[in-house]
Amino acid sequence: MTVTHEDELQEQFDATIARHDRIEPRDWMPEGYRKTLVRQIAQHAHSEIIGMQPEGNWITRAPSLRRKAILLAKVQDEAGHGLYLYSATETLGASRRELTDMLISGKQKYSSIFNYPTLSYADVGTIGWLVDGAAICNQVPLCRTSYGPYGRAMIRICKEESFHQRQGFELLMTMMRGTDEQRAMVQESVDRFWWPALMMFGPPDADSPNTAQSMAWGIKRDTNDELRQKFVDMSVPQAEVLGVTLPDPELRWNDERGHYDFGQPDWEEFAQVVRGAGPCNTQRIAHRKRAHDDGAWVREAATAFAAREI
Amino acid sequence: MNHHVNDYDADHESVYDGLLGGDASQWAFGTDFEDPLAGMDTSVPAGLDAAELADLCLRLGDDALVYSHRLAEWCSNAPDLEEDIALANIALDLLGQARLLLARAAAASPGLVPVLPEGSPVPVEDRLAFFRDDHDFRNVRFVEPENGDFAVTITRLLLFATHRLAVLERLRAHPDAVLAAIAAKGVKEVAYHRDYGGRWFVTLAQGTDESRRRLLAALETVFPLYDELLATGVADVRDEVEVVVDQVLAVAGVERPDVKPIGGARHTEALSRMLAEMQVVARAHPLGVW
Repeated sequence: MTVTHEDELQEQFDATIARHDRIEPRDWMPEGYRKTLVRQIAQHAHSEIIGMQPEGNWITRAPSLRRKAILLAKVQDEAGHGLYLYSATETLGASRRELTDMLISGKQKYSSIFNYPTLSYADVGTIGWLVDGAAICNQVPLCRTSYGPYGRAMIRICKEESFHQRQGFELLMTMMRGTDEQRAMVQESVDRFWWPALMMFGPPDADSPNTAQSMAWGIKRDTNDELRQKFVDMSVPQAEVLGVTLPDPELRWNDERGHYDFGQPDWEEFAQVVRGAGPCNTQRIAHRKRAHDDGAWVREAATAFAAREI
Repeated sequence: MNHHVNDYDADHESVYDGLLGGDASQWAFGTDFEDPLAGMDTSVPAGLDAAELADLCLRLGDDALVYSHRLAEWCSNAPDLEEDIALANIALDLLGQARLLLARAAAASPGLVPVLPEGSPVPVEDRLAFFRDDHDFRNVRFVEPENGDFAVTITRLLLFATHRLAVLERLRAHPDAVLAAIAAKGVKEVAYHRDYGGRWFVTLAQGTDESRRRLLAALETVFPLYDELLATGVADVRDEVEVVVDQVLAVAGVERPDVKPIGGARHTEALSRMLAEMQVVARAHPLGVW
């Protein structure tokens, strides 16, 4: 390949991005773009798969048959999201097998929120409301991301996530109409998840080294702080309707800015969880590794059987 | 190759706007479909014994409830994502059947339903599921044991679904229109469960040496309670079930294991432990609303 040829390809790529058009699997793309996408989509896929565990923790104890059906269907959706996303990475030449190995060996990350434990049934509602709510804020802009298969997967995922958020909010609303014990459960759960939910948008813009390049490539569309603000603005009126208090003494409406002011999460805690020292990091990976290892003989059997059938 | 994306914006920016206010009818949850038999005539037809009908529904419902619980334990633990999704689907189908059958049993024979403190909002299906003790459950022992490995799960699923499909096919003609409708719905679901179990059974039998070894071990584990499943008397479907099971065994190339049926007892030790977990939150909040 001549230098001139590659320059031309780069020009075409840049023009496509500038027009806000999609890059498709067979289009030429810079190696850095491909790597960034694989890293980001894989991290998202891993988050869906690891995210099955904290909620899955309550399937066997769901307090009504209706809630059990809703929760099992929800966790099943997360497995489905993982599938679409691993399929999107396959269009970039990275297989599910190889990415799963990277997850289990700790070479690739997943969302730190799933390293917090679920300690009551109210957490199922809070995760739907706040965690899925934050995920939606992060993910809706990705429906317009420049890489076609990722953007299209995100459209479907966002529709399901908004449904999940709705069910979480509805569970909390229902519990708030119940007994004093149930209301206390909801408040306690919101107290635990509010700050970790704010951390889901990543470090403040000043400390986010990859943001500028990702925005230039059209992979990312909004900065961490912009999305965090959007999430706070969206959540405060919902908390009022629920009748819960958000655990931030600095939270108040700022007329001048037209947004809520709010306090900063404990970024030291965030760094610690990202480094692997959160409450459940070890447990989550050990669970995934055990399921993956225990299933190896089944996957091998299916491969051997399929090879013989051909 | 390059598609304009701007037209997606309007639609997808707004996915979380509708949480407060607006039209609730677009949401399936939170729109009060709490009574799974809503809109159905649940009076017991003349000439039918209500207690017998309720007993039949409870037996079928408890089988589905307990087995659904076991299969749901595979969630996030299956050999691959596709199997995680499939097993959750089967668990959800059976959970749906359990809800309908428990509600039918309660409507036919309200005296079966545990009494809770006055003012408890707990619906009848949940009173039956969460507030009965183990000795009041009417399921077969076949569905109670822990899942074991994937080979044990597949073997148990194949036998359970083959039997249940035959029973539900028969019950489509039941004189109680509610039960007949539940059975008709269930036939479509359980036909898939049987197909899924059968395909994996053959795959494991003919996959690798290890998968075959594990499958043969699974037969030894699962078959001792199979005879009780066939003898439950919900409907005498033994012959037609055996024809299907023999066919699958033949295609898989494995012999029926030489095991003795396990002697009579109402339940295994596994049931009360399962129920302790299943019922713990519900029982802590008898006045709670979920």
